[in-house]
Amino acid sequence: MLDLSHVRKSYDGGLTHAVKDVSFAAEPGELIVLLGGSGCGKTTTLKMINRLVEPSGGTITIDGQDILGLDPVALRRTIGYVIQGAGLFPHMTIAENVAVVPKLLGWEPARIRPRVDTLLDLVGLEPGDFAGRLPRELSGGQVQRVGVARALAAEPAIMLLDEPFGALDPVTRDSIQSEFIRIQSEVKFAAVLVTHDMTEALLMATRIVVIRDGLVAQIGTPEELLNHPADDYIETLISTPRRQAERLDALLPGGGA
Amino acid sequence: MSQALRDLFADLPYLLGGHLLLSLSAVLIGVLISVPFGALATRHDRLRGPLLTVAGLIQTIPGLALLALMVPLLGGTIGFLPAFLALTLYSVLPMVRNTVTGIMDVDPAVTEAARGMGMTSRQTLLGVELPLAAPVIIAGIRTATVWVVGMATLATPVGAPSLGQYIFLGLQTRNWTAVIFGCVFSAILAVVLDQLIRALEISATTRNKRMGILTLSALALVAIGGIAPFVAERFGERPTGGARAGDLDASGAPVGLSSARTVSIGSKGFTEQYILSAYLESELRAEGADVSARPNMGSTILFDALRSDTVDVCVDYTGTIWATLMKRAEPIGRSEMLIEVAHYLKKEHGVICVGPLGFENAYALAMRKDRAAELGIRSIADLARHAEGLTIGGDPEVFGRSEWKRVRAAYGLQAARTRGMDSTFMYDAVRDGQVDVITAYSTDGRIAAYDLLVLKDPKQAFPPYDAILLVAPGASKLPGLLDALRPLVNRISNTAMREANRLVDLEGKAPAVAADSLRAKR
Repeated sequence: MLDLSHVRKSYDGGLTHAVKDVSFAAEPGELIVLLGGSGCGKTTTLKMINRLVEPSGGTITIDGQDILGLDPVALRRTIGYVIQGAGLFPHMTIAENVAVVPKLLGWEPARIRPRVDTLLDLVGLEPGDFAGRLPRELSGGQVQRVGVARALAAEPAIMLLDEPFGALDPVTRDSIQSEFIRIQSEVKFAAVLVTHDMTEALLMATRIVVIRDGLVAQIGTPEELLNHPADDYIETLISTPRRQAERLDALLPGGGA
Repeated sequence: MSQALRDLFADLPYLLGGHLLLSLSAVLIGVLISVPFGALATRHDRLRGPLLTVAGLIQTIPGLALLALMVPLLGGTIGFLPAFLALTLYSVLPMVRNTVTGIMDVDPAVTEAARGMGMTSRQTLLGVELPLAAPVIIAGIRTATVWVVGMATLATPVGAPSLGQYIFLGLQTRNWTAVIFGCVFSAILAVVLDQLIRALEISATTRNKRMGILTLSALALVAIGGIAPFVAERFGERPTGGARAGDLDASGAPVGLSSARTVSIGSKGFTEQYILSAYLESELRAEGADVSARPNMGSTILFDALRSDTVDVCVDYTGTIWATLMKRAEPIGRSEMLIEVAHYLKKEHGVICVGPLGFENAYALAMRKDRAAELGIRSIADLARHAEGLTIGGDPEVFGRSEWKRVRAAYGLQAARTRGMDSTFMYDAVRDGQVDVITAYSTDGRIAAYDLLVLKDPKQAFPPYDAILLVAPGASKLPGLLDALRPLVNRISNTAMREANRLVDLEGKAPAVAADSLRAKR
C-alpha cells in the first residue's frame, strides 16, 4: 500500500544528496524499520513520506496514488506520526492531545470522546485517571504511550515513528515495544520506524531496510539479516547484539543453546 | 487635610482617569500591533531583523522628544492623539521582542509534532505556539505598561490630561507637594497595573483559567472605574456653571457665550502663563462661557494648536512671534512691532490678535547687584568685558532663539558659557552664585525679591515683548467671544503682573489666587 521508488533528496540543488536512492514497500500489518547511523538519511526518508521534507526525485505512492498530487496538510492528517519525546502539547490535557487530529478532521465531540477513551485503554492508560492530566504530570513511558495513542486517533492506515523509544529506560522500552507490536496486531496499519538501535530493529521489524550514505544497503527480515548479512558493515551492525546475547546466555544458569 | 492638598485631590479623578485612558489604550493598540507583527516575524526571517531594529530605534528616541514630534507630524494637533500615538510606538519594542522570543523558544519537537499531525502554519501558531508563548508575551506587555504609565506623565506639554500636570505645574510654580503628589499617584498606578498583569502572567504559566479570568475582571474593573470620572467630566453633562466656578453669578443673565461650545484656553509652561490662563478662565466664565484649560504647552506647540483650532484662546508675546515665527531680526519700535505682528498673524494664519494685555514680559539679562557692582557692570556692553569665565543661565528655549543670537553678536558674548535649565530654578541659581547671569523675564517677582540688577540694553538687541491676546481662526467666529475678550485689552500693568507672579513664585499662592489679584486691580 505504501511504496517508495528511487526516492532521493538534495538540499543544494543536486550537488550532494542526503538520500540518494531508496526504494521499499510496506503492506498493512507490516513494520518496516529504517536502520542506520546518524546522518545516513533514514529520518529524511521517513519525513518525505508525510512531506515534512519534499522529495527531490523518485515517487512515493499510497494505494497507487502519488503523494505529490495530494495536499500536504490533508496527507499528514491521514498518517500517524510519533517522534522521540512524543512532542505532546504541554498546554493541553492528555485527552485534548489525543483528540487533536480528530478535531482537525472535524469529528463530532460525541465521536471524539469515546475514541479517546478507547485509545488510552489500547495503550494501557486508564482513561478515568489520565484523560484530565497534563503531559508534565506523566512519566517518560506514559508520555510516549500518549504519543502513540495520539498518532492512532484518526485510524491512520500508515504510522511513521521517528526514534520513538530512544529516550526511554530499558525496562520501559521493552514493555512499550512489545505493546506496540500487540497494538499493531489488533489495528492493522503499516508502520515505518526509524532507529539506529539494531536490537530494537531485530525485535520489532517484519522487515529491516539498512540505509548507508543515502543508499539501501540491504532489505530483509531479521532472520535474513542475521543469517545472510550483505556485507561487512551489516555484519558488524549485527555482531554487537548477537555477541551481547551470547554473553548473557553464558551468564544464565543452565544457559547455552 | 490642608486646602492645598484638597485642591490637588479635587483634580485627581480627572487626571488619573486621563492618565489611565491614555496608558491603557496605548498598550492595548500596542498589543494589537506587536503580537501579529512579532508572530509574522517568526515566519519570515527577513522581516525579523528590520522589525526588531525599527522597534529598538523608536526606543532610543527620548520620550519627551517622541511626544513633541507627534504634534507637527499630526499638523499641529494636540491632546490625546499625539500622546496616544507616541506612547503606542514606545510600547511596541518590549512586546514585539517578547512575542518573537516567546514563539521561537517553543520546543521544536512540539512544533514539528504539530506540523506532522497536519496542522497548518496558522493552526500551529494559534493553537500551539501563541498559547505556549503567552507567559513571555504577557511579561512583555507588563514591561510596556510600566514604561508607558511612567512616560504618560510627559504627555502634559502636548496637551493630554495626565498626572504629569501635577508634576509640570508643580515644577513651574515651585509647588513641590504637587510634584510629589503626581509622582506618587503615577507610581501607585504603575504598581497596581504591574501586579495585575503579573497575576495574569502567572495564570498563563500555570494554565490556571480561573485565576486568569479573575485577574482580567480585576483589570477591567480598574480600567472602567479609573476612566469613568474622566469620561464623565470630559464628555458628560456639565454641572450648571455656578457649581464649577465660584465667581460666576449664576443668577445674572449670561450673555451670548453661554450657548456657544466650550472655549479652550491654552498656556505655556511657566508661572505667568498659568496665572493668565486662570485669569482668562474666570473672565470668560463670568461671561457665561464653558471653559476648559490646556496648560503646560511648549511655545511652538501652543501656537500650532492655536493655528489649527485645537486651542481657542492664548496669550503670546510680540517679540517671540517676531523672532521665532516671522524669523525677523532687525530691531523695531514697540508699537510698530505690535502692528506688524497682528497683521502677520491674521494674514498668514488667520489668528486674530485682540490686543495687548498692557504689560511687557521681556527677556532681560540680570545678575546679583553686589556682583555687578564688584565687576563694575551696569549694561550688557559692560558684561562683554568679562564674558570669558562667565556662565549665563536661561530657560532651555532662549539659547536657541534668534534674539539671543543677536544679543550675543551685538555685544560680543561668544566667550560666555551658557547653561540651560528650567526657568523655575534659574533665579535661585543666580542668587546662590551657581551661574553669574540669567536671562530673566522682566515681569518676574524674584528680580526685586532677590535683589537682582536688570542690565541695560543700549543697543536694543532684545526686541519688545508685549503680551498679546490671541484667538484661533475658528473661535474668532464664535458669537460673543471677541466681545468678551476686548475689555481685557490694556488692563494689566507691569507692576500688577510682577506682583501676581510674586504671589505664586515666592508666596506659594495658587495661580487662581494671583489671577484674582489681577482682576481686583482692574
